[in-house]
Amino acid sequence: MIKAVFLGAYNLLVGLGVTFKNMLSKPVTICYPEQKRVMPERFRGRHFLTRDEDGLERCIGCSLCSINCPVNCIHVVSAENDPNNPVSKGERYAEVYEINLLRCIYCGYCEEACPVDAVVLREHYELADYDRNTYIATKEDLLVYPEPNQFTVNFLGNTKIVNK
Amino acid sequence: MIDGILNFLDPYWWLIIGVVKAVIIAVALLSMVPLLVWLERRLMGRFQVRLGPNRVGPFGLGQPFADTIKLLFKENIVQSGADKFLFYLAPAIVVFAAIVTFAAIPFGEPFEVGGEMVGLWGANLNIGILFVFAISSMGIYGIVIAGFSSNNKYSLMGGLRSSAQMISYELTLGLTALSVVIMSGSLNLYDIVKDQSDWPNAIPMFPAFVLFFIAGVAETNRAPFDLPEAEQELVAGFFTEYSGMKFAMFFMGEYVNMITMSALVTILFLGGWHSYIGLDIPILVFAFKVFLLLCVFIWLRSTFPRIRYDRLMVFGWKFLLPLSLVNMLVCSAYKVLWAA
Repeated sequence: MIKAVFLGAYNLLVGLGVTFKNMLSKPVTICYPEQKRVMPERFRGRHFLTRDEDGLERCIGCSLCSINCPVNCIHVVSAENDPNNPVSKGERYAEVYEINLLRCIYCGYCEEACPVDAVVLREHYELADYDRNTYIATKEDLLVYPEPNQFTVNFLGNTKIVNK
Repeated sequence: MIDGILNFLDPYWWLIIGVVKAVIIAVALLSMVPLLVWLERRLMGRFQVRLGPNRVGPFGLGQPFADTIKLLFKENIVQSGADKFLFYLAPAIVVFAAIVTFAAIPFGEPFEVGGEMVGLWGANLNIGILFVFAISSMGIYGIVIAGFSSNNKYSLMGGLRSSAQMISYELTLGLTALSVVIMSGSLNLYDIVKDQSDWPNAIPMFPAFVLFFIAGVAETNRAPFDLPEAEQELVAGFFTEYSGMKFAMFFMGEYVNMITMSALVTILFLGGWHSYIGLDIPILVFAFKVFLLLCVFIWLRSTFPRIRYDRLMVFGWKFLLPLSLVNMLVCSAYKVLWAA
């Protein structure tokens, strides 16, 4: 019984020691609006459409992303390329490319399905806004992905190109 | 005419000093509460590897004031089933008992002002320690009345638990304090402190110190003995139905009790304002010791989970009480056989 008492008291002291050590360690808190997390490279945040080295759109309007999307949030309308003034390198390009960011579940299947690596999900996670209509990301919104990765995110999660 | 007033006031000089001291002590004590809340939240944060409140003002120091303002403007809800008079009386009793307890606590040597000796205490009572225990037990009435008058079974359970807990731990508290009284031969808190000018009582009477501190934590209803407000089972215990400033008064009572208990431990076991290292600023030394004990209170809260109610009772009656009795026997035997 006495042994049990001393063992119990010892265990209590060990517990106190653990919390004391915790007090001396650095807090893990990230003070969010001032201090932003560096997201992992493969984080699935906001979508972007990429361009190739010549500045042409990568998207060839194949609609595989739309077909693969589990929640049907991607709308693609393709059109034939003008050979003299091509928008993309393929025969066709996406005339309309819209993603409903409210409906999207950020699963990344579109990214996996894309045969030309046109649509990607990047590390932008600040997607809150006051207006639902702003969540329909059109082609203009999605194409701002600069090449190479030069971008900043403003308070509402809209991407801006960094001018060198 | 001023001469006339002064002549009239002359025999009541001690009364005026007393009033001034009382006001200063009460105001200082009450303004300590927000600081203590801030300290607790910051320190708890650090113990849990986070930052704690840091948004309002520098280091979050504005947080307690923001909270106070919020509580002042909250709606005052009294549900229809409540006993109105007792419902309003309960928080007042708690705060009253908590503040009055501090009146008998000395925190420094007396100093001279205008030919009169002014002691750094509300009142230097010959039965100081009895007074402290008597008044601090009155706080239980506030809690029980809050539980009864709320017309809510959670409040009632909380109030009953609280009274049972405080009564059982008060025995240990009293018996260990009695061993100090036996050793120093005085009930006067000032004399008890003066008796420790060579070394603090905590060194020769370490078991009594530990027992007293544990019972003190239970007496102030602090974690891990915060059974009356066990939120998993009792919502918020005896103050479930209280809102706004009446809720804040219970809060205030708890924190003032914490300060009082720390001050009492400092006086009885840690040598009061004696620094033992040649530092001769009585109030600062006293405040520092109290501050350290408050940090220990917070440390305990952030470390230990709440203990079960039956174990609380078993621990109080079958473990702490016999130990404190043995401790008192040993102390009195020592006093009779060797010290005399």
